[in-house]
Amino acid sequence: MNKFIVSPSPHAYTGESVPKLMYGVIISLLPALAVSVYYFGIGMIIVTTVSVASAILFEYLIQRYMMKVKPTHLDGSALLTGLLLAFCLPTNIPFWMVMIGALAAVGIGKMTFGGLGNNIFNPALVGRVFLFISFPVAMTAWPEPGQWMQYTDAVTGATPLGLMKEGLAVKTVGEIMPEIPSFLHLLIGKTMGSAGEVSALALLIGMLYMMYRKIISWHIPLTILGTVLVFTGILWLANPDRFADPLFHLLTGGLMLGAIYMATDYVTSPMTGRGMILYGVGIGIVTVLIRVFGAYPEGVQFAILIFNGFTPLINKFVKPKRFGKEVKHG
Amino acid sequence: MSQIIIYTIITLVAIGAAAAIILYFAAQKFKVYEDPRIDEVEVALPAANCGGCGFPGCRNFAETLVKSDTWDDLFCPVGGNETMSKVAAILGREAIEQAPKVAVVRCNGTPEFRPRVTEYDGAPTCAIAHSLYSGEGGCPHGCLGLADCVVVCDFDAIHMDPVTDLPVVVDDKCTACGACVEACPRDIIELRKKNKKDRKIFVSCINEEKGAVAKKNCSVACIGCAKCFKVCPHEAITMENNKAFIDSEKCKLCRKCVVVCPTNAILELNFPPRKTDKIETDES
Amino acid sequence: MSLKTFSRGGVHPPEYKLSAGKTIVELPPPEVAVIPLSQHLGVPAKVLVNRGDQVKVGQMIAQAAGFVSTNIHSSVSGKVLKVDLFMDSSGYRKMAVQIQVEGDQWLETIDRSDDLVRNSVLPAEDIRKKILEAGIVGMGGATFPSHVKLTVPQGKTAEYLIINGVECEPYLTADHSLMMERTEELFSGIQLMMKGLGVEKAIIGIENNKPDAIEKMKQVVQGSSVTVQGLKVKYPQGGEKQLVQALLKREVPSGGLPIDVGVVVFNVGTALAVYDAVMKNRPLIDRVVTVTGKSLEKPSNFIVRIGTPISSLVEKAGGVPDDTAKVINGGPMMGKALPTLDIPIVKGSSGILLINKNEARRREVKPCIRCSKCVTVCPMGLEPYLLMTLSEKALYERMEPEKVMDCIECGSCSYTCPSSRPLLDYIRMGKAEVGKIMRARKAV
Repeated sequence: MNKFIVSPSPHAYTGESVPKLMYGVIISLLPALAVSVYYFGIGMIIVTTVSVASAILFEYLIQRYMMKVKPTHLDGSALLTGLLLAFCLPTNIPFWMVMIGALAAVGIGKMTFGGLGNNIFNPALVGRVFLFISFPVAMTAWPEPGQWMQYTDAVTGATPLGLMKEGLAVKTVGEIMPEIPSFLHLLIGKTMGSAGEVSALALLIGMLYMMYRKIISWHIPLTILGTVLVFTGILWLANPDRFADPLFHLLTGGLMLGAIYMATDYVTSPMTGRGMILYGVGIGIVTVLIRVFGAYPEGVQFAILIFNGFTPLINKFVKPKRFGKEVKHG
Repeated sequence: MSQIIIYTIITLVAIGAAAAIILYFAAQKFKVYEDPRIDEVEVALPAANCGGCGFPGCRNFAETLVKSDTWDDLFCPVGGNETMSKVAAILGREAIEQAPKVAVVRCNGTPEFRPRVTEYDGAPTCAIAHSLYSGEGGCPHGCLGLADCVVVCDFDAIHMDPVTDLPVVVDDKCTACGACVEACPRDIIELRKKNKKDRKIFVSCINEEKGAVAKKNCSVACIGCAKCFKVCPHEAITMENNKAFIDSEKCKLCRKCVVVCPTNAILELNFPPRKTDKIETDES
Repeated sequence: MSLKTFSRGGVHPPEYKLSAGKTIVELPPPEVAVIPLSQHLGVPAKVLVNRGDQVKVGQMIAQAAGFVSTNIHSSVSGKVLKVDLFMDSSGYRKMAVQIQVEGDQWLETIDRSDDLVRNSVLPAEDIRKKILEAGIVGMGGATFPSHVKLTVPQGKTAEYLIINGVECEPYLTADHSLMMERTEELFSGIQLMMKGLGVEKAIIGIENNKPDAIEKMKQVVQGSSVTVQGLKVKYPQGGEKQLVQALLKREVPSGGLPIDVGVVVFNVGTALAVYDAVMKNRPLIDRVVTVTGKSLEKPSNFIVRIGTPISSLVEKAGGVPDDTAKVINGGPMMGKALPTLDIPIVKGSSGILLINKNEARRREVKPCIRCSKCVTVCPMGLEPYLLMTLSEKALYERMEPEKVMDCIECGSCSYTCPSSRPLLDYIRMGKAEVGKIMRARKAV
């Protein structure tokens, strides 16, 4: 007779697995990747390849030789970290800096906490901020789009947010706007900025795909974008000369990339719908505060890292709506 | 330049001084009187914080030792009589001696004697497997082999034998704290009196089913035949619920029961080899 | 208008209703029947027969040993071989009566004709008494004695009777086939229960994947105060609390029962058993069981005597397929895996599911990536990831404020986890421990 297997219920499982989820996110990033390769050519290819390869390599080496556990470098999470790190770097950054960034992302951002599932901060953002603070010059020189064969020697310029920040010191918004690419260009990605953040449209397509696959819920991205829209809208209505209009804020910088891919990282975002909304609103507000009143032109990465830190607290205090608390008699 | 340094030093010193004064008065005001002997007793305890005494930690136990009038239920199984007499000396009291004990696993259902008829595929803890069914070997009282006892042991004194699939107690390390006894959902582990040279005689089975049923699952099960009960000259063996039990306090280690057991359910450990023809079956 | 369903969580496992539409086949009595004394929730019944006694079909062989307990009747005629420990679906050996079957002699009081008896003149009290005498329990699987549920506690009023025809477990079709083939009797049983409870309104909830059953029930109930409500397919809609919420928008309070919101819920199988007991004097001695599985030759719906070994059912459905690796008593979501086929059918066995070796084994457990899918699917609004961690670390006192006792053990969390973590295993263990703590506190 057969030797039966006995285990507690349930005896059925979805086909879902961690690698499937990770590769789902990676698929949703392909449109943005295509746009970046189209505008930044060889630079984008080098940065992305180096970033992904070194993230996977460092994950393998750390797990194999330092943590002495079975390496999980192929489960897609290291690949995703590498890809996202590449997406928030300028495409003319030397490849050795990319490697340092990947080491910081995987080594400091993820493995020090015990690997996948235990990290407090989004690894890709840890890598990015590490580079941003270590190499401020290289990290703020953005190549102009359309230079196919130029890598580190590409002609650089300032991002729309940078132009706005510097310009506002002496000029009004109305005077700065002509220097900034049109909203159509911002939408399709013909602008200066980090590799993957340029095209809002490609990122929105990715978001729709992830929502369709039920990889992410609407809560985090839509509350962040909504908060930014409302907050900057109020400021703009109050004084259109001093504050740029909300559409400008939505389409520029790393907001889309941050709201859709960085803030929604499973490990570092809250567990409940209501917690996610709270987290999204917080990120939106802090982003606008840094952009409008802070020293840096862009603040999404800091806002997300700050609220990553709040996530455990949100999980502790924001509970899902339990069944059966209120009793309605009909 | 030097001005900045001086100002910095002055402000820091001022802040430090102010904080020190506040702390001093706060410490005076909120001081809680504690019997200094509690600290002394705590130092004398083994600091294992294992809970073997029934208190959450050594500090708690020390407090109780100092405060309570009778020591009837108070004993540190880890430190044993030595520690208790040290504590007694500190407090100027009489120590209560207790015979040292050791944990004993009362199941001998190795795959050889108790074939595995199903395969368990749930979360790897005995508690969950126990609540689900009678186990891979089909014995409702037998060891499940998922090592809940090993996980709770603070002293590294119990480990799983990969061949027999049963836990093995390391007598030298076992402190008889009772954590494994508590953890075993089937109450297989018992604390028994420690004998000279770690010699042990015990019924290595707690199956309460009728003999035939028990034997069907496991060839070394106690079938409740009472042969050992009849042969024991010291009245150390009792029969209850279809199984024999040897009281370690009364047992004189004469080994008569071991020979008569038809299923080899009674084990003798750490004895010199017998001169008689009885072949010892299992030494593990 | 969108269809009704419960508001929180839920999953959509593939249905695999392989035996849907198969006519119910009556199996002959087995050669040897083993009738466990504990087939219901509560105290095991007290045995009334001895070795060597002759029994008839329908004869009471064990009596209720308390209020939450019920009678047990012989499902076969023959000689009692012994009263001893036999392995039952709990995975342990428990007391049962073993009967050597000789012929098929029924008690004369039982009406064995197929005639439909419609109206009963019996008062409510007698209906409840007959239900207790017939040993009826919840046939959906929970096996809670029905007479207890029909006795409305002091200070509470029942307003609605809800009949559960949801059958949200994948694979199972026992209730579906009952609704299709015994529609009239079912309706009569529902009316009896309404009378026994003293309620005016009854709702039959059926998931939309059984449009034929909805249609048929609607025809039968026309002109009465019983309504049929189609529901959107979602697991675990068959859970009492979920069903009440889906149909009436009333939430059973935490730690409460449906009667706290004026509702009593019964399974369709129970309604039929009530009809048989009250109108035909026939105790609960058989039930409809789905025997199914992807590799099974003939997935079927059988009507079998209680006490028939599962192995003979599988035999009738085409024999055990070679690749069978797991046998489940019930459905894949909440059913219990069995160690052997030598286990009798009991009052609560709604199905026997054979899972082949490709799907039987669990996948490797990976670390939690905090994707929050378990929180999203939990129909009770709990946080399974947190409860599992607390249980694993033995922090039981922290589990109670997290409402672990509200868990209905539907398995949606484990089902959905991408890291294949054994969430429900640990939550169930934690529940047991918290239950112990609460009982200890009550005792003090």
